[in-house]
Amino acid sequence: MASTASEPVSPGTALSANPLLVIRNLAKSFGKNAVLRDISLEIAEGEFLTVLGESGSGKTTLLRIIAGFESADSGEIVMEGQRLDMLPPYKRQVNTVFQHYALFPHLTVAENVGYGLRVAKVPAAEVTSRVENALSMVKMVAFARSKPAKISGGQQQRVALARALVNRPRLLLLDEPLSALDANLRRQMQVELKSLQREVGISFVFVTHDQEEAMVMSDRIALLRMGELEQIASPREIYSRPTTAYTAQFIGHTNLLRAEVNNGMAHCGPLAWAASLPDGPGLFSLRPESIRPAPVIGEASAVRFSGQIRGQAFHGATELLQIECAGGLVLSVRAASRANWEGEVVFEFDPAEAIPVRESPARN
Amino acid sequence: MFSRAYRAAVTVPPLVWVAVFLLVPYALLFCYSFWSVSPAQLIVHSWTFDNYKELMQKDVYLATLFRSAWIAARVMVFSLLLGYPLAYYLSFYAGKRKDLLYQLVIIPLWVSYLVRAYAWKTILGSDGVLNTSLQYLHMTRHPLEFLLYSPFAVVLTLTHIYTPFTLLPIYASLEHIPRNLVEASHDLGASPLQTFWRVIFPLSIPGVLAGATFAFVLSLGDFLAPMLLGGPSGIMISNIVVTLFGAAYNWPLGAAISFCMLGLVLGLLFLSENLEKKWSFR
Repeated sequence: MASTASEPVSPGTALSANPLLVIRNLAKSFGKNAVLRDISLEIAEGEFLTVLGESGSGKTTLLRIIAGFESADSGEIVMEGQRLDMLPPYKRQVNTVFQHYALFPHLTVAENVGYGLRVAKVPAAEVTSRVENALSMVKMVAFARSKPAKISGGQQQRVALARALVNRPRLLLLDEPLSALDANLRRQMQVELKSLQREVGISFVFVTHDQEEAMVMSDRIALLRMGELEQIASPREIYSRPTTAYTAQFIGHTNLLRAEVNNGMAHCGPLAWAASLPDGPGLFSLRPESIRPAPVIGEASAVRFSGQIRGQAFHGATELLQIECAGGLVLSVRAASRANWEGEVVFEFDPAEAIPVRESPARN
Repeated sequence: MFSRAYRAAVTVPPLVWVAVFLLVPYALLFCYSFWSVSPAQLIVHSWTFDNYKELMQKDVYLATLFRSAWIAARVMVFSLLLGYPLAYYLSFYAGKRKDLLYQLVIIPLWVSYLVRAYAWKTILGSDGVLNTSLQYLHMTRHPLEFLLYSPFAVVLTLTHIYTPFTLLPIYASLEHIPRNLVEASHDLGASPLQTFWRVIFPLSIPGVLAGATFAFVLSLGDFLAPMLLGGPSGIMISNIVVTLFGAAYNWPLGAAISFCMLGLVLGLLFLSENLEKKWSFR
């Protein structure tokens, strides 16, 4: 597969002709530490874009540059044809939901939500009605007169959301807003946040390190790795067609096959399959669920191999098996749960499921 | 966890210290305030309210108390006006210079109070630095007399001495403001000025109250600055107490004034404590 490394936005994710926000060649360093390198991406009107990455990947810095709390060293941000990065944060039509909510402790819930409207000198009657609407949208009307210290983390989260949305921003930035919540509440808020976003139709840029969260909520995922955009695509595409080894491993679970390609055939241990790569070394991602126990009469095109069960992790409906095949190659296989796997088992996979990926080079 | 003996060993010495050096002298002073002095200058140990009555009836005491309060109030206001902006700059904008500037605020506290008060004497006097310079520049012909031995000199000196006491609690409260609140305010469209008045200042009020209380209470009871720089028009209530305990040998009346002052100060501290609680949200 020909490398198209220089093209940051992968094909198939082309956006409408007039994106809401365009980020071009953004770079940022703190001292000698390059945090963002040449980031370019576009955000469509009404899109839910997740910026996904490990800690230190630069995702929060990217968000803070869009909000205006940090300035980029080079590159530009354009919102509807106007330079956004030249404006101070208080003049940007962008609002943020902070990681630890950052509610004003001396103001009540209603005063917090009305803050943006009041500093914009919106008439008092309109402030009251818009605050009430925003609070009912997040089901917090009953707490309007409480101080933030008196409500729970999940409730503070909703107030922070209402406080940002009440200003009707063009773009809402969310900095790991769910990370402080416990697992159950978190799943519930993921669903609520997604439906709220559809309801208000505002573009969301959501930062998280949690790939499951990213998969559940996003229209597109932008995966950052050490300050560079690794891949940007819809959750389905990024999962099924990862372009790099890092993406394949970060999003879900995968088997990375280091193969040798020879005359259109890839060889890796006992496995061999047709691959349209030039001769030489090739790297492939094969998802555990792409491998299945082979029926007695399998499909002619499938790659068959046998192996010993070395490990077994039960996950309810499915289980994850560790299979050792000839030559010591160990593969993960996700299969429907069944009580006992014993001895030598024959598996197969479709050669089209082995996705060629680029090596993700180590960076300093 | 700890043995009784250990707990006794750590709690008893400070309690004894407080009892012997604070509670006993205060109790003694309290008793004195109800005794009187005979014409032969002997303390008469019979109980009477005469000292407190005299305080209420003679104008000089109340007038001096009001003058002291007025001086203390001015010192408080000027300390806040000087201390707040500096504390704000230190906390939000000083960056790398923060530690150095903080030390520069602290260092004057290591210098003896007396040295600093005398320093003002050499600056403000008739042939002091200020008057000589003004005349040299032909801005005045004669020395400005109001500079020294006046309430002005007392207010100036006390402001200089107590501004660090005002600045430090304000600085501490500013340092406690989470910076993401400032970012949130900007994010919601508030300009730096709006952010200051709507977020930063309200959250620094506990520090302002603590600093204001320090400046007012410490100035109210001060006797050195008025003694050295106040002159006849700058006399404060503590100077009267000093005279009563010294030259006038009227300890009972001095004790009565001291107790009134103590009551006033405790009242102020109680008030400020309550206001601070009302304005803290953690």
